[in-house]
Amino acid sequence: MDLNYSDEELVFRDEIRSWLAANLPQDLREKVETYAELTRDDLMRWHRILAQKGWVAPSWQKEWGGTDWTPVQRNIFEEECGFASAPPLMLFGLHMCGPVLQRFGTQAQKERFLPRIYNGDDFWCQGYSEPGSGSDLASLKTRAERQGDHYVVNGQKIWTTLAHYADWIFCLVRADPSTDKKQDGISFLLIDMKTPGITVRPLMLMDGVRHVNEVFFDDVKVPVENLVHEEGKGWTVAKYLLGHERMSAGRTGVSKRELAKLKELAASQPGNDGKAIIEDPHFRAKLTRLEVELMALEITNLRFLDEMRRTGQPPGADVSMLKIKGTEIQQTLTELMMRAADPADLEKYEVLARRYFNMRKTTIYGGSNEVQRNIIAKMTFGL
Amino acid sequence: MNFESNEEQRLLTDSVRRFIDKDYDFEKRRKIIASPEGWDSNAWAALAEMGVTALALPAEYDGFDGGAVDLMGIMEAFGAGLVVEPFLPTVLAGRLVMAAGSEAQRRAILPRVASGELRLAFAHLERGARFDLSRVGAEAKRTGDAWTISGEKRAVVGAPVAGKLVVSARTPSGLGLFLIDTQDAELKRHATVDGMRVADVLLFNAKAELLGDGAATLAKIEEVNDFGTALVCAEAVGAMKYACDTTLDYLKTRKQFGVTIGSFQALQHRMVDMYIASELSRSMTCLACSKVDATGDAKERAHAVSAAKIKISDSARLISQEAVQLHGGMGMTEELKVSHTFRRLTVIAEQFGDEDYHLTRFGAL
Repeated sequence: MDLNYSDEELVFRDEIRSWLAANLPQDLREKVETYAELTRDDLMRWHRILAQKGWVAPSWQKEWGGTDWTPVQRNIFEEECGFASAPPLMLFGLHMCGPVLQRFGTQAQKERFLPRIYNGDDFWCQGYSEPGSGSDLASLKTRAERQGDHYVVNGQKIWTTLAHYADWIFCLVRADPSTDKKQDGISFLLIDMKTPGITVRPLMLMDGVRHVNEVFFDDVKVPVENLVHEEGKGWTVAKYLLGHERMSAGRTGVSKRELAKLKELAASQPGNDGKAIIEDPHFRAKLTRLEVELMALEITNLRFLDEMRRTGQPPGADVSMLKIKGTEIQQTLTELMMRAADPADLEKYEVLARRYFNMRKTTIYGGSNEVQRNIIAKMTFGL
Repeated sequence: MNFESNEEQRLLTDSVRRFIDKDYDFEKRRKIIASPEGWDSNAWAALAEMGVTALALPAEYDGFDGGAVDLMGIMEAFGAGLVVEPFLPTVLAGRLVMAAGSEAQRRAILPRVASGELRLAFAHLERGARFDLSRVGAEAKRTGDAWTISGEKRAVVGAPVAGKLVVSARTPSGLGLFLIDTQDAELKRHATVDGMRVADVLLFNAKAELLGDGAATLAKIEEVNDFGTALVCAEAVGAMKYACDTTLDYLKTRKQFGVTIGSFQALQHRMVDMYIASELSRSMTCLACSKVDATGDAKERAHAVSAAKIKISDSARLISQEAVQLHGGMGMTEELKVSHTFRRLTVIAEQFGDEDYHLTRFGAL
């Protein structure tokens, strides 16, 4: 057993680290570090810098711009980006639509969409959840009716992250409402956000920022060539995506950076006895428990990567534990930051409180943590 | 990076597991802990035969140059099987002889430990010291070249069956480690709540031999204590794995309201949380064992070991409590092994420092 990176991996890490130091724009770094809202331009600027370097989609197939890195190298890259306070990459195109097209798309679809995703020409969003279909995603009702060479889409999506920035949306829709199994009638459609009949309405979250939207479809005409995989096979595509999503949900790099910031903050904020709050034994114990959880998550993540390396297989259902622990840790980080802040410093407190509010979403999205527990209970335990 | 065991580790762990499956099942263990001696010399001989007692000692003293990582799988098997033989105390005291003893002392003691002929125990804990390793009241007196020790050591694991004891005591120049023959001490024997045998060791001018020159004793005790902590974490991982597995079996077989209780989501989610706690504990044990083996830096070692013990103590409590709860009334009975696993995990949560002690230690690093 050896928990250390190999010499080659360390060289790789140093290469990533020094490139990030030289190429991550200072203003973007500062925005990330102060939790300022990132505009579409901010997000796409960073996307294009990475695209130019050839590092924007490491896990893609080589012919479409993948880097051929090992799982461990990809993990190092993600950790280093997080640790350097790089803006998040917009995963809907890069980690979701892109891999789906490579796995299930036609050659024409690949050629049409993949280069534009890679280069950051199109901004994508994800049309999964509906008002009546959250954790029970397969019960979705948005209807796509075949009329000649078009589908006509009617219905509503909700929680659509950054739909107001998006050029395209990939949607789960119901093309056949008559199937016995609700999973069987679902199809995966790519829809141009400029199509007539689409309305995007903001949903303000409790941090007071517009992150998510409702998207309404009213007789929206979508060419049949925008169907991915076969009609009625959308659930297969959706499941493939969810597996992809959970693996990167641990976000250890970002959490390590936030932990360092939390320690710095706690050392600078007053406790009740005039010493810094980090000296307070109650606060300190919470901080230490959190740090230990993060160490445990990090090593568990490496164990999954090691297994992927050895077996050449994607991780099984157990990877849900990374999502559960990773999001719990992200939330506790924001909670302790808010609690560390001097309550007399309203401005600081407000920024941290809003961040705490916002991060409550992490245990709800991407399959709520309760759904993740269901997955382990069913797939790992056979319950 | 690589989390796999090597060929040698796998082979040895497999033979220990096979031995436990075949010759150390739950019934056998019940007989052992109910016997007056509270341990089984045949089981000890079998482990020695496999090389377990020699593993963590240097080759020049008939050992196999192994470390904590080499012992991980074995400790896990001991945890799953609730093995009570005094392996851990013997290893720890043996490593203290290695760390503090002169060449002649090592040569006299360690090959006998490696062969399994000599068992040792480390007599350190005193009343009121709790987990603070530096608090030692026992005193060593020197007359010419000869030393004697007076003091009272408490709850010394393995002392009832140890031939020799490594004893910590104050000398005029600081803390020292001494070797005494167990027969020169007065022992008050006890069986602990987890079925282990311990003794209070009462020393009245007991004849003692100073190990080495007595320098840097506390640092040596800390290092060996961290080694022991990492090993007991591995033992806990084995016990937790057993508790999870047997609880899952129970969820799949026990029926109430006409269905297996594993069909209830309230129980499924608790089972998942137990499982996650046990996997994260395994990760932290990997970290602790590799750091005690690989690093020469005391701070880095303490950082990893305390972090691991915090996680293991928390998880041991969560998993043992939930395992009993999900077994319902049956989990409370002596008849089921899970109640014995509960007891061992309760003791492990405290052994080598509970989570409060390690939270403070980690926070101060």
